[in-house]
Amino acid sequence: MEEKISQDFINDPFVQLRQDLGINKMDDQNDPVAMVLRHKDVRKCAHNYKTFKSGAVPGRIVVPSEVDIRDTRQIPFEVDPPEHGAYRSLLEDWFRRPLKEDYEQKLKGLIDKEIEKAIQSDQIEVVSELALHIQSRALTLLLNLPLQEAETWISWGTHVFRSEETKLDASKANILYNYIDSQIQLSKDKPGSDIYSVLLKTEYNGRLLTDEEIRGIMILTFAGGRDTVINMITNTVAYFAKNKAALNFIKSHPETIGKAVEELVRYFSPLTHMGRVVTEDTIVCEHAVKSNSRISLCWASANRDETVFENPNEVILDRKINPHVAFGFSHHKCLGAPHARQVLKLLLHSLIQKVESISINSHEDNLETWGAVQRRVGYHKLLVTISSLK
Amino acid sequence: MAKITFITTDGNEHVLEGSSGSLMELATDNNIHGIDGDCGGVCSCATCHVHVQADHWDKVGPPNQIEADMLEFDDKVTEYSRLACQIDLSQEIDGLVIHVAND
Repeated sequence: MEEKISQDFINDPFVQLRQDLGINKMDDQNDPVAMVLRHKDVRKCAHNYKTFKSGAVPGRIVVPSEVDIRDTRQIPFEVDPPEHGAYRSLLEDWFRRPLKEDYEQKLKGLIDKEIEKAIQSDQIEVVSELALHIQSRALTLLLNLPLQEAETWISWGTHVFRSEETKLDASKANILYNYIDSQIQLSKDKPGSDIYSVLLKTEYNGRLLTDEEIRGIMILTFAGGRDTVINMITNTVAYFAKNKAALNFIKSHPETIGKAVEELVRYFSPLTHMGRVVTEDTIVCEHAVKSNSRISLCWASANRDETVFENPNEVILDRKINPHVAFGFSHHKCLGAPHARQVLKLLLHSLIQKVESISINSHEDNLETWGAVQRRVGYHKLLVTISSLK
Repeated sequence: MAKITFITTDGNEHVLEGSSGSLMELATDNNIHGIDGDCGGVCSCATCHVHVQADHWDKVGPPNQIEADMLEFDDKVTEYSRLACQIDLSQEIDGLVIHVAND
């Protein structure tokens, strides 16, 4: 059984460059980036942390660079092995809690409620009224905080680091940093079972984590899982609106949901790429790259590599072999992946249990520009009507 | 029904029986430590890395290209490495002994 759905929902803008050159050169605030486009090269560079490091000046491996808007190192994201592994092992159990049954039940209740609310409205704006709400409320479970806390995060809008006017906005970023500092202080004053309290008791190398380290872990948790999860949810809703057959396929074959989650994440690739700083003059895909320059690992392009994926531009909901890199690869795999996978899995369950069809009333694309390439990563606005299953 | 022995990194042996699905599913259904199966078995995460006991290698055989490419970047790879999600349970692998690669 194989369900193939052809459409140009999210195209692959890197295809020509990937086939011809394997690299896309772009500028970013006078700190150029060579985007690595082929699946094998992306995995090779991701694995080679000695030549392509994450532990550079804080913010530099992010594209667009955040060097000018933050000094705090995101942990374990901007740390290389062996320290990376030591930090990650402190956090791994906490970030795998989404796989526990009671967590899953709570998350399911929360997502079901949001979908029911959406069905009851004549029309809903998916980005700000559904995706942001699910993302924020689900995050209260991950951080083990009261549901009410999500209201603050929802009030920040969809982009913590960005304003409408500029790509990077230090004043907006400071809202998050100041909030995190105040939360750390609150947990110091009144310890509980939330993530801040747990981190305040956590030891690294025989000493307690510093406030700066906790800050770095929390900035990563908030920033890394915000736009990505919002794009994932919004694209999923849009995809099923445009492909009713796909929703029906999952309704008839709910056992494929696990594979469908991986396939949708591959296809959407909610995070287009992530940078590394080059530590020595070297060659990537037959292109010379200089020490102290930047490359980026383009997950979105690698996930459409025709030498790896059969029919890469088709969503094959029950794709059996799917070595996608949407959650990164090698040491720096996404720490929030278990949570993100559960959110999408339970969203699919909720949609097949409650929804008859979805129609798009209007939309505004969220386009990213990477040098000569433009990619639609999601939507700024997506107005839909969701009909209840009879 | 195939009987499979999983040996975890702490040296403990776990003997499990199953007749369908993959070795990864058998392991995760029985909470075998070190086998997570994060991607559900589509060869994307390598969290089900195992070392097949050398004298049992012929029972399972080598990985295909996509699986081999995945294992190539795993620090714990050996000549007997496989991903448990890519080994189907069947009578042919009855008696198989595998060592879990990760802690």
